[in-house]
Amino acid sequence: MPLLTRIFIKTALVYFALALAFGILLTLRAPISLFPVYIHLFVFGWLTQLIFGVVYWMFPKYSTQLPRGHDPLVWIAYGAMNLGLILRAIAEPMQAFQANNVFGALLAISAVLQWLAGIAFIANTWGRVKEK
Amino acid sequence: MPRLSVWFVRLSFVHLFLGLTYGGLILANKGIPFAPWTWNLLPAHIESLLLGWMAQLGMGVAFWIFPRFGTGAPRGNVRLVWLALILLNAGIVMVGVQPFIGGNWLSLTGRVLETCSILLFAAVSWKRVKPLQFSNREASS
Repeated sequence: MPLLTRIFIKTALVYFALALAFGILLTLRAPISLFPVYIHLFVFGWLTQLIFGVVYWMFPKYSTQLPRGHDPLVWIAYGAMNLGLILRAIAEPMQAFQANNVFGALLAISAVLQWLAGIAFIANTWGRVKEK
Repeated sequence: MPRLSVWFVRLSFVHLFLGLTYGGLILANKGIPFAPWTWNLLPAHIESLLLGWMAQLGMGVAFWIFPRFGTGAPRGNVRLVWLALILLNAGIVMVGVQPFIGGNWLSLTGRVLETCSILLFAAVSWKRVKPLQFSNREASS
């Protein structure tokens, strides 16, 4: 299993545990709305990140020289995805609790980072999806 | 990877791009309000990412790697799976555009198409979910 896959999967497992912990807080009726963070930690942090890691590992090779495509793109996807998610997990509940420009800007940055993660992953993987 | 899986997987990437774009606009608007209409993208965001991205990727990979039949068409009735691909994507689009066009019938029809798609896919894939069959030589070694 390549390094990037191991990192994606282990990070995904951390998000899985975090998402379920947020689920506990939801059940305890925390004073601020945590549902959007809970669902995105689960679906993006856990499921999508796990898929990214496994696809990077198992999909057909891009070429002999670059079997898994351009690794820097995948590192960008990893970094942008996780920085974006962490910013979101902090700023989204705070913005709902007490809206201000700082948390608003952090949310906008988080949106761009999560979008960028998808673009980088697709850009690297598109060429690996091919007929045998 | 068979051609049909290439279509499933590439369309799942298209939906990942669209779903993240819709979600990014909604989230950015939460932070810096600039366009209240972005909330209309919520059904498209959910549909694109849950069905268009994750389910469709799973269907494409399943069609590719599930055990094949020893006789006849190795992956079953491929035409039915093509139909499943078309119905799924048509359904996702219909559910996604409903808030902009109006009319519950569009959402309802979209959901029916999605359900038919999954039923077709499950029907074709059902018998491919089976234990590996080894030749006598492999089994005895």
